[in-house]
Amino acid sequence: MITLTFIALVTLAAAAVAMSQRNLIHSALLLVASWAGIAGFYLWAGAEFVAFAQILVYVGAVSMVVLFAVLLTRRSHAELAIAPASVKRILAAIVAGGAVLGALFGAVLSTPLASAAAPPPAISVKALGAQLLGRHTASVLLIAVLLTVALLGAVVIASTNSKEDAP
Amino acid sequence: MSLSPLQLCLLFSSALFCVGLIGALARSNTILVLLGVELMLNAANINFIAFWRYGPAPSPATGVLFVIFAIAVAAAEAAVGLALVIAVYRHRRSIQLQDANSLKG
Repeated sequence: MITLTFIALVTLAAAAVAMSQRNLIHSALLLVASWAGIAGFYLWAGAEFVAFAQILVYVGAVSMVVLFAVLLTRRSHAELAIAPASVKRILAAIVAGGAVLGALFGAVLSTPLASAAAPPPAISVKALGAQLLGRHTASVLLIAVLLTVALLGAVVIASTNSKEDAP
Repeated sequence: MSLSPLQLCLLFSSALFCVGLIGALARSNTILVLLGVELMLNAANINFIAFWRYGPAPSPATGVLFVIFAIAVAAAEAAVGLALVIAVYRHRRSIQLQDANSLKG
């Protein structure tokens, strides 16, 4: 419980500070810390494979893509510090988010959740692989096609159109 | 009253979801909005793992498989989203959301 509280506080603090930063690079790096905290939560819960997948995909890959996007979409060094959003918009967002938070907390706290102190469900990587390529082969193939199409689409969207961009 | 671990996990994921929601609504920078959406996706994954760990009669693989597929789809979404950010920047010379307000090329 104490470990979980610690992980939750670190993750939430990193995410909240990242969302309030003016500097985009700082935001991205703090979000990497937040994702690493979520990986720690998965480790705490006993889902090791998911924890390492989270580290590989988010801490490793998505963070790099985000940093490249930050560096590719700025004109000068000074522009890293982005202009603050309007106060009205921030207040409206906080009110909306607070309402959602209140609704979710109320729902969670008022639901009688069975908290049986069951032993954690253990699954080995071997069993997981057998499940993935046994019962879920079609899903794995679909995900592969989806990833291929998405990455090809990303390249097409982000690539320059030489006819338009010719000086 | 004392919180059960499952409730604590759910409170954690709700709080993370709301941090992402506030970030996505409050910021006008497209990259930060995308990162807020990513945080919300991660909060959903935390729920999957929490219910897998503490839920009634868990099958040993279900929650893990859900999260693996969700992470794969989220990675594809992040790649396409950031490519769109770059395309919008190339077009408008800005990644502020309020500058990208027309569909016309």
